[in-house]
Amino acid sequence: MSAYPVTDHACDVVVVGAGGAGLRATVGLAQAGFSTACVTKVFPTRSHTVAAQGGISAALGNMGEDDWRFHFYDTVKGSDWLGDQDAIAYMCREAPAAVIELEHFGLPFSRTEDGRIYQRPFGGMTTHYGKGIAQRTCAAADRTGHAMLHTLYQQSLKHDARFFIEYFALDLLMQDGACRGVLALDMATGTLHRFLAQATVLATGGYGRTYFSCTSAHTCTGDGGGMVLRAGLPLADMEFVQFHPTGIYGAGCLITEGSRGEGGVLRNSEGERFMERYAPNAKDLASRDVVSRAMTIEIREGRGVGPRKDHLLLHLEHLGADVIHKRLPGIAETAQIFAGVDVTRAPIPVLPTAHYNMGGIPCTIDGEVLTRTPAGDAVVPGLLAVGEAACVSVHGANRLGSNSLLDLVVFGRAAAAHCAKTLKPGAALPSAPKAATDAALAAFDRVRHASGTRPTASLRDEMQRAMQKDAAVFRSGASLDEGCRAVGAAFGAMAELCISDRSLVFNTDLVEALELDNLMRQALATIHSARNRTESRGAHAREDFPARDDANWLKHTLAWVDDGGAVRFDYRPVQLATRSGEVESIPPKARTY
Amino acid sequence: MADAAPGQVRWRCRRGMKELDVLLGRWLDRRWHRAAEPLRDDFARLLEQPDPELAAWLLHGARPADAALASVVDDILRA
Repeated sequence: MSAYPVTDHACDVVVVGAGGAGLRATVGLAQAGFSTACVTKVFPTRSHTVAAQGGISAALGNMGEDDWRFHFYDTVKGSDWLGDQDAIAYMCREAPAAVIELEHFGLPFSRTEDGRIYQRPFGGMTTHYGKGIAQRTCAAADRTGHAMLHTLYQQSLKHDARFFIEYFALDLLMQDGACRGVLALDMATGTLHRFLAQATVLATGGYGRTYFSCTSAHTCTGDGGGMVLRAGLPLADMEFVQFHPTGIYGAGCLITEGSRGEGGVLRNSEGERFMERYAPNAKDLASRDVVSRAMTIEIREGRGVGPRKDHLLLHLEHLGADVIHKRLPGIAETAQIFAGVDVTRAPIPVLPTAHYNMGGIPCTIDGEVLTRTPAGDAVVPGLLAVGEAACVSVHGANRLGSNSLLDLVVFGRAAAAHCAKTLKPGAALPSAPKAATDAALAAFDRVRHASGTRPTASLRDEMQRAMQKDAAVFRSGASLDEGCRAVGAAFGAMAELCISDRSLVFNTDLVEALELDNLMRQALATIHSARNRTESRGAHAREDFPARDDANWLKHTLAWVDDGGAVRFDYRPVQLATRSGEVESIPPKARTY
Repeated sequence: MADAAPGQVRWRCRRGMKELDVLLGRWLDRRWHRAAEPLRDDFARLLEQPDPELAAWLLHGARPADAALASVVDDILRA
């Protein structure tokens, strides 16, 4: 093995990831007087939070009556009762303060005429427990995510947080069951850096790229989840993945649902408008999950189009150029750029596309990472998780639009507050964990010198196609058995990995291989958890178990993945009780809209 | 591939939005090897711009005021 000089950085807290959650945690930590290092593989304002254009929910009541308890109800219902009600109550109650705080930090929210924060309606957000339509979502025009990143990055710098940009986190440094920090590669110099800290906060985002078609940016490889699994810790509720029905085939870029609203029609390889069979009344206007499922069944039954018969066609031509340009601005450009299609003449190739991961690193409301022992829940000392990487769980089996930005800031803030309560700035660190450092370096060296026959891209493609085919919207015992075999085979083929470039400076081939290891382990956790959960709930729909089964499955899945790719399970109860005393728990009932 | 784009340029094509990843990566794969030095420099300069600006130029038909950046944007959209 090569010798790797390691540079040490001692700090109070290290945050991994600089999206909305990581930056909000960083601001709070730096404000509280902690020496805070934020390690991020891309420049902070280029994190995937940028893509969250819709807005952030909070019951401010600026546009009419609202109450955080209504927001609480909507979120519990949206989660199909898998969300923990104590965490949801906390998030919804803290939402107004968290948004006002962002305003004070300088986030330029859109305003009403009398100067209050403007709020718009969003799917699933209601008043009076489903009776009215809430206007609850605050936005900064169409660039809320970017405005949030920019604001929080400036605040972090103002409070002297230190940023380590284009540093790729390799592994957690665990010692005696506690996290002592993280090992990272500085991509610009090719040098290795050990961040030693009282606490490590994982804010590494989702793992959308386990699927062939995903709306996530290329950077969404769930590096924190991969590190957690390699550390022998579990991930929670990984079977719950939100899909959008119409991503452009190959690119994953979204075609808005407005396209079907304006009369767009889906057809299969026989030219049939198949939605008529699945939803005789609503047809192409049926809800997201119904359309996604119908599309997937068409593909599975051999009526997909293209050489692999693996996608479908969205027709807009019949609407005419005038209607398309007037009512669906931007769609023509999007289809032209990403599918090479003139929508006035030809259909757009589309397929259901992974959009958001409800599952992730199990943690408490304070962000403390949890594992499970025979005695019950156990906190992993020194390790926290926030944002899409984490599973608190506030989204349960399905997330509502505009609740993700809220999750980032509320729990980023809570994690920092928890550190302020439990840690002391400048406290002495235990001795550096030698065994963990050596193991992390050895794992890194193995990937760097991989000399098999399979390039990273080929292995990634094999995994993504298996996940798309068998772990997307259509799930049955048989498809999931097949998918577990296929994803297992792809994971096994990692032994044949080939890295073409042995250098260390901006070696994107190497970094993508390291990311692939993170993706592969989470793909295994996802598809095995999906096979294991024999019910349908929220985004997890089983053909062979179409009903929700509260008697057996009102519980969180915990999945461990070992280095051989074997997955084992345990469970945590869903927290139905609220602890605030200010809101009544909502008992499970059928979820109808 | 003696003339592959340097890793740093490739890495900085990683953006917060999938659409930008796809367009910038496509240009890198199809055009970099035959792009002249000034165009390469302008591309690197384009990568320094914030994501919402890139999205406005590459996805929503807006034009950068800087003529050199505008011609890179045109080249990316033709790639």
